[in-house]
Amino acid sequence: MKKVLLSTIGFAFLCRVNSYAQLKNSPNVNKPLFYVGAPAKADTTAYEARPLYIDEVNLVSSYYSQTGNHSAITGGLGTQTVSDISNGLELKLAWANNGYSKNSLNIGLGMDHHTSASSAYVTTTGKGKQDGSRLYPSLDWTLENTKSGTSFGLGSYYSGEYNYKSLGFDMHFAQKTRDKNGEFSVKAQAYLDNVVLIYPSEFIAVVAPAPAGATYITTASGNRVLSTNGSSHGGSTSLPTTPRNTYTGSFSYSQIINSRLQLALLADVVQQNGYLGLPYHRVYLSNGKDTLENLPSSRFKLPLGIRANYFLGDNVILRSYYRYYMDDWNTKSSTANLEISYKISPFFSISPFYRYYTQTAAKYFAAYGVHTIKETYYTSNYEYAAFNASFFGAGLRIAPPKGVGGWQSLHEIEFRYGHYTQTTDLASDVFSVSLGFK
Amino acid sequence: MLKLTIKLFAGMLLLIMATSCVHLKEYQKSRINDSEMALSNRKAEKNELNFQSYLEASSGANAGKTGGGCGCN
Repeated sequence: MKKVLLSTIGFAFLCRVNSYAQLKNSPNVNKPLFYVGAPAKADTTAYEARPLYIDEVNLVSSYYSQTGNHSAITGGLGTQTVSDISNGLELKLAWANNGYSKNSLNIGLGMDHHTSASSAYVTTTGKGKQDGSRLYPSLDWTLENTKSGTSFGLGSYYSGEYNYKSLGFDMHFAQKTRDKNGEFSVKAQAYLDNVVLIYPSEFIAVVAPAPAGATYITTASGNRVLSTNGSSHGGSTSLPTTPRNTYTGSFSYSQIINSRLQLALLADVVQQNGYLGLPYHRVYLSNGKDTLENLPSSRFKLPLGIRANYFLGDNVILRSYYRYYMDDWNTKSSTANLEISYKISPFFSISPFYRYYTQTAAKYFAAYGVHTIKETYYTSNYEYAAFNASFFGAGLRIAPPKGVGGWQSLHEIEFRYGHYTQTTDLASDVFSVSLGFK
Repeated sequence: MLKLTIKLFAGMLLLIMATSCVHLKEYQKSRINDSEMALSNRKAEKNELNFQSYLEASSGANAGKTGGGCGCN
């Protein structure tokens, strides 16, 4: 392996030497081999001062439908029927200072509403809450300097649903190479989440008799709260929560290889701490009794990915992606994705795609009725099972120069449909529409 | 396996550096700058990445979430 690496380094140097030899009379002769600092020569792409303006508005809507029979709520055996409607709005604002700096502010707002048949079985009666909504605003500011080829930004994010709250922050930095053909970027993220402790109804402790004039009622999510004259005290907002924190370092390097090929290397280093299961996931043991999912309070993840896009001929673009993933729960996975985008015209393209995914089981996973009481950690969540998955479908993109349907502001519309299957017998369909306004 | 993966990535990085001596001028980037050539996810893919992170143990290295932010892993 050392020989291969040394040979590659040697080839890199030879390639550089050769390229500089060809540029003997060029002012670039004394350029360093690899440069990510500020360029010595002034750029001529300075921005003119411009007040705040709307750069772009994007709307994305999706409908998702799923069937399966391995719900974690019922211990790995039970309906997984889910439907979800989501809508996201993204507003990109920008303003330019005198010189080379441009500010952009991305404001996002998303809302999902889902129904989940298995949620009803948080209560043993099967009459629990079956739906929920999630609201997730976000804000990101980026300052870009075209002279130095750098950008720096800060972001924040919130997500709230009845059983899960999340607050996230990030800081990102990017630096282009001197020739503007490559870019290195780094991002540090922290998600500070809180899991609401909603337990299956059979695990809720029997409470003392209610005071005079009051009564205990069981909420749709299976929790018992005190009710006086018809109004309940407590409910999901007063339920205890427990933290789950996620810290991520993301690194990427993208490079234009030639006029038709560019690629990017992607790596994330992820550390999670806290409550990493969900409190309403049951596990049925080999002795016939059920208990709560129990997972370690720490998890380290390392996904490594590569993207390569190639312009083939005049009408075809190959978009490829591969990811290798590993974590310290012994899950390993590979993801390969290929999309072939065919341009019927410069403004109209159709893009069939196929994604293959395979993973090994986490060491804490076993199916319904397999775990024993002697084990410390256990889950029957099929997310951690060994399986293969296929995802295929097609996208359609229309972006005419005079706007879609002659509407100048609507510069782009995209439709996308995909069908997903797992070897666990789970199947789902997703349909998305994206509208881009300028 | 980890060592092999790291070596593979190191090799690929060096390969990129080796071949990066092809310097393109802006006027040579008409294909590279095509919107379909962007090294990022499509906007309409956002919710696909979201449901995949719920159903699969792995996530990350795709400019999406790496865990946290929702009830998924």
